[in-house]
Amino acid sequence: MSDSNQLLVRRIRNGTVIDHIQYGRAMFVLRALNITGKEGNVVTVALNVPSSKHKKKDIIKVENRFLEKDETNKLALIAPHATINIIREYRLVEKRKIVLPDSIVGIFGCPNLNCVTNSEDIKSTIDVIDKTKIVMKCRYCGRALTVNELVS
Amino acid sequence: MGPEDIQVGNFFNRDVVSIKDFSRKDLEFIFSCTDRVASLKPHEKAELGKGRTLGYIFYEPSTRTRMSFEAAMASLGGSSIGIFDSKTASVEKGESLADTIRIMDLYSDVIVLRHPLDGSSRFAAELSKHPLINAGSGGEEHPTQAMLDLYTMLKVKKRIDGLNIGIVGDLKYGRTVYSLLYGLSNYDVTIHLISPPTLSIRKESIYEAMKDLKIIEHENLDDRILSDLDIIYVTRIQKERFPDPQEYEKVKGTYTIDTSILGRAKSDVSIMHPMPRLEEISHSIDNTENAIYFKQAAYGKELRAALLALILNERLI
Repeated sequence: MSDSNQLLVRRIRNGTVIDHIQYGRAMFVLRALNITGKEGNVVTVALNVPSSKHKKKDIIKVENRFLEKDETNKLALIAPHATINIIREYRLVEKRKIVLPDSIVGIFGCPNLNCVTNSEDIKSTIDVIDKTKIVMKCRYCGRALTVNELVS
Repeated sequence: MGPEDIQVGNFFNRDVVSIKDFSRKDLEFIFSCTDRVASLKPHEKAELGKGRTLGYIFYEPSTRTRMSFEAAMASLGGSSIGIFDSKTASVEKGESLADTIRIMDLYSDVIVLRHPLDGSSRFAAELSKHPLINAGSGGEEHPTQAMLDLYTMLKVKKRIDGLNIGIVGDLKYGRTVYSLLYGLSNYDVTIHLISPPTLSIRKESIYEAMKDLKIIEHENLDDRILSDLDIIYVTRIQKERFPDPQEYEKVKGTYTIDTSILGRAKSDVSIMHPMPRLEEISHSIDNTENAIYFKQAAYGKELRAALLALILNERLI
């Protein structure tokens, strides 16, 4: 993060910094992580931050929450190029790239209302069938799904 | 295939959930086994399912699929039990699909399921210890229909590669079309999809097939398209899908295959239909060489018999 961006979003003592979120996706990230603001911890959201790599990006800093790896699965679809920075006592103790998994189990419901996963007691399973275009498919009903369909 | 035993290999105890799970090699193996099983003497055939039970569960109406599976199982010397009217079973009391499958699994060697939900067969196959055959899952798939459709094309046209195939009617909701397109994606064919815009194909359901298929979409079955087609595969346009009844009236006649259409098509064009047909194929063409939909239904029994024989036996004699 450049110095100018640090001015926009202050350093945090403990928590998670989600950097390099594709601009416009920060709100989806918050929703996927179920961050509503009611949890009480400080959440800083920066939108359209200038980025040398992608021109613009979004950044989220969540204080006192350490994002687990299974939670990053959710972000693999919404913000596949994001980096997860775990901060403890102002120090970066872990930096993770999000890797798009081959499949995502039990996180997103299938948006096809006629899919059996919405009627029977089944963990939804979304397979990634095109990692470049980021196209998924419900393993049960077989429909190709976009990120927006899964997240909305 | 020689007269020696047929190595069933990876078909023994195999589920038939989606046509996508079958390669061209698999399909061609099934077709050659269909020829082989059909040529067996009745007493030889009756050994292939002797003492075995097919359990069917049909949550939706069916004529050909259920009857052809029953007839196929009987020809193999086996028996069938099942539910074809969910109102008379515990389904009506609210029993889940999962429990119904678990119970049928106790009583049968192979399960045939038709259910209104997409993905129902994949879910049921995960629960069932015995192999499960998808006989229609919502608007998603009907893999054995696609297999028999391909088999019919092969028998009548002697090839599938190189065919120009028109698929006409309700392409949005008809599950047979989706399985057929995935099946055809194994071959070098040109597909013309002809439907009103409101009933056009769901692209999200054929995403993986699109890279392998040459697909051209049309709104009307005009003479330019007609003169190219080797096969016209007709599906039923369902009145209830149209919010405006006048819209239905406007489009229903557009796709009626009759003597006038045949007169403008190739002389050897073949007319197929998964059935039931209503007004989309005129009875006036039933007795022409072009009408092969009853032959198609007959092949359905033979192909399903071969499929059951492959699933139930480690070797076919």
